[in-house]
This record gives sequence, structure tokens and C-alpha cells, in this order.
Amino acid sequence: MTDFTSEASCFEVEGLSLAYDGKPALRDLTLRIPRQRVTAFIGPSGCGKSTLLRVLNRLHDLNEDVSRQGRVVLAGQDIHAPDVDVAELRRRVGMVFQTPNPFPMSIYDNVAFGVRLQGIKRKRVLDEIVEWSLESAALWDEVKDRLHSSAWTLSGGQQQRLVIARTLAVQPEVLLLDEPASALDPISTLKIEELIRSLKSRLTLVLVTHNMQQAARVSDYTAFLQDGELIEYAATDNLFTNPRLRRTENYITGRMS
Amino acid sequence: MRLWSRGSEGGWPWLAAGSVALSLLALLALLVLLGSRGLVHFWPAPVEVVTLDSGERFAGQRMRQERVAGDPQTDVLYRTGNRDLDGNYWRWVDADVIDTRQRPDNMLVLEREHWGEFLGRLVAIRQSDAATPLPLSGDEAWQVLSARLERVEALRDQHRQLSDEVIEPVARRLVALRSAGKADPAQQAALIERWETAHQRLAELDAALSRDTLILESVEGRRLEQPLAGVLAAWQPNAMTWMDKLFHWARGVGAFLSEGPRAGNLEGGVWPAIFGTVMMVLLMSLIVTPFGVLAAIYLNEVAHQGPLIRLVRIAVRNLAGVPSIVYGVFGLGVFVYGIGGQLDSWFFSDSLPSPTFGTGGLLWASLTLALLTLPVVIVATEEGLARIPVQQREGALALGATRYEMLRRVVLPMAVPAMLTGVILAVARAAGEVAPLMLVGVARLAPQLPLDGEFPFLHLDNKFMHLGYHVYNIGFQGGDVERALPLVYATALLLVVVIVVLNLTAISLRHHLRARHRALDR
Ligand SMILES: Nc1ncnc2c1ncn2[C@@H]1O[C@H](COP(=O)(O)OP(=O)(O)O)[C@@H](O)[C@H]1O
Ligand SMILES: [Mg+2]
Repeated sequence: MTDFTSEASCFEVEGLSLAYDGKPALRDLTLRIPRQRVTAFIGPSGCGKSTLLRVLNRLHDLNEDVSRQGRVVLAGQDIHAPDVDVAELRRRVGMVFQTPNPFPMSIYDNVAFGVRLQGIKRKRVLDEIVEWSLESAALWDEVKDRLHSSAWTLSGGQQQRLVIARTLAVQPEVLLLDEPASALDPISTLKIEELIRSLKSRLTLVLVTHNMQQAARVSDYTAFLQDGELIEYAATDNLFTNPRLRRTENYITGRMS
Repeated sequence: MRLWSRGSEGGWPWLAAGSVALSLLALLALLVLLGSRGLVHFWPAPVEVVTLDSGERFAGQRMRQERVAGDPQTDVLYRTGNRDLDGNYWRWVDADVIDTRQRPDNMLVLEREHWGEFLGRLVAIRQSDAATPLPLSGDEAWQVLSARLERVEALRDQHRQLSDEVIEPVARRLVALRSAGKADPAQQAALIERWETAHQRLAELDAALSRDTLILESVEGRRLEQPLAGVLAAWQPNAMTWMDKLFHWARGVGAFLSEGPRAGNLEGGVWPAIFGTVMMVLLMSLIVTPFGVLAAIYLNEVAHQGPLIRLVRIAVRNLAGVPSIVYGVFGLGVFVYGIGGQLDSWFFSDSLPSPTFGTGGLLWASLTLALLTLPVVIVATEEGLARIPVQQREGALALGATRYEMLRRVVLPMAVPAMLTGVILAVARAAGEVAPLMLVGVARLAPQLPLDGEFPFLHLDNKFMHLGYHVYNIGFQGGDVERALPLVYATALLLVVVIVVLNLTAISLRHHLRARHRALDR
């Protein structure tokens, strides 16, 4: 893990362990997520990728059965410190889920949702932010004529890009993507991947994926997890062409073929 | 085809379909029964002049015939009216002793303010300013009567208008001025003068109203003097065409719906009861909805889901099974005597010992029913909240929403249809409850509507009438069962209609909201 010492770090995870109701899901994880890069988490189903992602914006606060040890530092600050405003943290660390989850509102209102929560009400400002976000999510051209129709009338791929636009609208520093394309058709998947690459210049992206090609195509760094442990973490090129460990190699070749 | 021929399929789909058909049939039978018995009541039945073998004659509307088991004799029930002449409203006669039955065109039916209907003929009209009565017969009698009745109706309208629009407001302002203590003498004098002129005019109208007196004769030949002012309607059923009858029927139904009750609730309409029922249900919905929704939010969204909450949830579900009369007793003890008594001693002590809120009333009835329907709303709302996908919630949180904002902007709007389902169920249950109301404020007769033009407009302490209680009341008060029965049917039908209308209103509201969720651009 020496090949990205030169990168500025976004998240620093130190000795993170997490258990659901006493059943461990993450075991003593330590890793650094570099800024303005795409980092992919891969690993077999149930290995804790989603759990790790959800720790990063404290979505686990809702679950009372979760116990956690270790630290997560975002831009020098422990995100679990008592004085952290969770809502503000979640604004800074946006998250896109596996199944698209637009709200039952118009396309416009979906994108403006987070912005309005910040107290911004002026129509001119909202219009601008909505357009900018939809442009950033490569959706503007497809929906600009029907901004006020229900978001649920969009196709699955469009919905997922809408959700990304909605997240971008609140100007997050980090975007967490939990298998964002696994429910989509190949063309929509490609569009999402393109979008991820284009966003890298603005923010840090963390991508969970089952699809090795996808990880290889879009990510700069890849972490391989198994049974809640971090097995191997390296630059994507290195990890896929030249894995250090047998377990990694087995998993990758198993999934690639 | 194969599906049907397989032995395991058996007859169960038919059994299931059959039970659906049976339920629908029972429902249809109920509506047909209520509709036929209740609505026929307003149809102008022909008047028969019956001559018996003994030579005795009487007039009546043939209602039905009955055979007593094991007895060869058939009895026929006639509605004879004229209670002031012979003390009876009905007459049973043995069909065998009837000699002839005729339907002369000029048989007159009068609906009167007192004593119910009159059946017979008009023989003369006496005018208070004329020395001798004006004798009438045949067609002329009917024409004169119609014209005079029209005049009386016009006078009655003027009378009503004058007292509603001048006398009462002026009197109210006078009282207000006096109690405010800053009586401006000039203003007061002007008001008093207006009041006095209006009163004078009212006296003139009264005199004009009581000018005519009808001299009536029954078929038996007994005479009767009837002030025309006491006649509400007159018709000659035997001379009426179908159109006339239909018109008469529609007017009768209209009056039933729009007028207050008379004569021990056996005549007149049920408007105060319709109004009271709707008003109470609306108030109940207004009370139960916020409480139920908040309770459901607490149970489902706020509270830690431990054994205690599970226990509370079970308790709430079981509350729905408590008999309604128990809620009535609770309402009487807690709302009426407890809270109402306290309110009286704090705010209305001048009018004690006569209670203001310390007795049953619209507010306490609505509150009691709100309590009764609370579990329904809580359960429906909770189910709605639980159905909202966790992805929606996390989506909102991930955008930086606080838990409150997530609830307010995503979860609750999505749960509104479920809440309305709860309210629909609550309305359906509350509109049909009678037992608890008897303890907390329903009245046999309360012609004053709880909503009027007088401050504070909505009189929450007023007693009110209710269709369900009205059915109970006219059905069980004893006395004239034959007269009460059609009204029982008609009122019951009306109760069903009111409940259906209330429900449809809520359902269309829910539909509207759902449609807005689905496609916002439509
Ligand atoms: N809410 C939860 N409650 C209990 N156990 C959970 C919960 N979420 C995940 N787990 C368990 O934690 C482990 C890791 O899950 P997850 O992070 O979803 O894996 P992945 O996303 O890699 O498939 C799994 O064994 C899973 O069963
Ligand atoms: Mg997962």
C-alpha cells in the first residue's frame, strides 16, 4: 500500500470493527481513501462492503443493534466525534444506493430536495442548481422538457442518474455508490460509469461493485474485502494484473471468467 | 380446461363465489327493503271510501292486509287520519264485511300541523271579516282551497323572513349593547323603534294568517273547523295524475330531508338529525386524525422498538374491541362530569346550577367517538408508515435531512393515503354508533342546529340530533307503531346514504392524493 502515499487522503479508517447484534461484519479495518479518486470495494457477497460504506456517512446510527470500534476521519476530523452534525456530515458525504430511490415528487423537486433542506428557497437559485446538477449527471437533455412530471415515470437508469443529480445538488465532497448499476441494463450501466469518471475531477468517489470489469474500468484504487477483513488494497491496475495474495487472485479470476 | 377437470380443484371456487354472491344479495335486500318501505311512505296513496255491510262508511288509505294463522278471516288496515274526530289514526276491518270501495275524485287529504292528516271534504270557508261562511263544493272547493293555501304560504314566508332577518338580529344587538354597558341612547332608541315596527308588522301578518278557517266534513258526516294557518299541504290523491304524484312524492322527500321534526318526531323531517350526524362525524375526524397520526408516528418512528412498545401496540389493537357503550360510560364520567363540570365551575359559573359543558353535548360526543375510533386510525397509519421503503428514508437522510425532515417531507406525505384509510374506517365506524352517544349528548329533539349565525357560530355545548338515535327513538317510543315504521325505514336508509356519502368523500380525497403521487403533471 505504498503506491499511493503521494495522494491526499479523504477518509482515514483506523482499526474499524463493527458487529450487528454481536455478529462481526467488519474486523479491524485500516485504510486510506484518497481524494478525488475513484476507490472500488470488491469482495464476495456479505463480506461487509455495504456496511463499510454506510459507516462512512453514519447511516448506521439508525440501527440500535450495531456496535462499532475504531475511528473514521474525514478531512482531519473524526466523524463520530460528539460535536459532529450528522445531517451536515451526510450532506458532505452523499450516497447512492443499489436500487434507485427517487422520492414520489417531480423530477425538479427531487433534485431540489436537499437544497431546500439547506434553507435555499429562491426560485432562481433553485432553477440554476437543478439545471447544473442534472447537467452534471448527464440527464438534463433527457428531462429538461418534463421537469415537473413525476420522477417515478423515468426509466431505471434515468432514475439512478436522477438520484446522483439529487446528491450532487448539495455539493458533497464524497460520493458513495453502493452497486449503483447492478439493477440496470448494460447501456444504462455504461452511462453511469462514464458519469463516475467525469465526476472524479470534482469529488472523491467510493464505489462498491460486484462487477470486476466495472471496477477495472472506472476505479483508480481497489480494495478487496473478505469476511469483513481487508485482504488486499492497491492501485487498480496492480491489483487486477498482479495481485499479491492467492485469495485475491482466486476471487478475481473466479469472477472475471 | 385441464384446471377445471382436475379432481383437486373441486367446487371450492364456486363455494367462494357463491358466498360473495350471497353477501351482495343480502346487502341488496337490505337496501331494497329500506328503500321500498321508506320511500313508498311519501307516495300519495289513493283514498278509498269504504262502505261496510252494516251501512257504515269511512274513508281511508288502504295500507296492507293480514291473515291471522288458522283464522279464515282477512283483515285490512286503513289509514283513516282524522284523529281529532274519533281518536284513531288507523282502522282494521274484516275484508268480508266490506261491501263497496270507491275512489271519488274529490277526496281531500290535508297535512296539518296538529292532529296529523285529515281525510274528507271541504264544505265551506269562513273568513273572519265576513258574516257568513262561503259554501263550497266540487271543483270550486279545490280551486279556492289551493288559492287560499298559496296565500297562506306566502304570508308564512314573509313571517319567517321578518323574524329571521329583522327581529332576531335586532334583539340580539340590543342584548349585546345592554350587556356591553355602553348603551348609546340614540342607537338604542333607533333599534327599539325598528324592533317595534317589525313587531307590529308581524302582528298584522299573524292576523292575516288566521283569517281563514276551513269547515271540513268527514265521510261519516262529522264536521270540523280547521284554521287554514294550521294546514301544511293539501292534495286530492284520487284526482292526481302520475306526474302529479311524482311531484308530490319528490316534495315529500325534499321536506323530509330539509325540515325539522314535528309531532313527537312522527311528522316533519330529519334535517337536524342529518346535520347533527355529519357535524359530529366531521368533528370526530378533526379530533381523531391528528391524535391518531401522532400516536402512530410515535409508535412506529420515534419509540425504541422494545417489549414495552410491543405491549402498547397490542393494547391499542385490543382497544378497538372494547364495546362502544363502555366508551360512552367513560365519556360521561370523564368528559361530561369531569372536564365539563370543571369548565362550568371555571367559566360558566353564572349560569350554574344549569350546566353548560357539564352535560352531554356535541363536543363530548365527538371526543368520545374520537376515542372510540383512535385505535383504527393508529393501526392504519402505523401500517402505512411501516410500508414505506427503507430506501426512501435512507435516501432522504443521505441528503442531509434530519430525522424530523425525513418524516415531514418524505415519510408522512407518502403515508397520507394510509392515514386517510384510517379516517375512512373511523368515519364508517363512528357514523353508525348510537349507544355511546345516548350517554354523552344526543337528544331526542334538538331542532336548533349546532351551527348558526350567532357567535361563536359552532355551539359545541349544544345537544344534537343523530340519525341513528332518531331511528331508535321513533322505533321504540311506543305509541303509533304503524306511523313510526315507515319513518324508521326512511331514516335508516338515510343513515346508510349519509355514511356512504361521507365515506365516498374521504375515498375520493384519498384517490386524489394518490393520483397526485403517481403523476404530478396530470
Ligand atoms: N442490518 C443488518 N442487521 C444484521 N446483519 C446485517 C445487517 N446488514 C448486514 N448484515 C450482515 O453483515 C454482513 C455484511 O453485510 P453487507 O455489508 O451488506 O455485505 P455486502 O454489501 O458486502 O454484500 C452480512 O453477513 C450481513 O448478513
Ligand atoms: Mg451490499
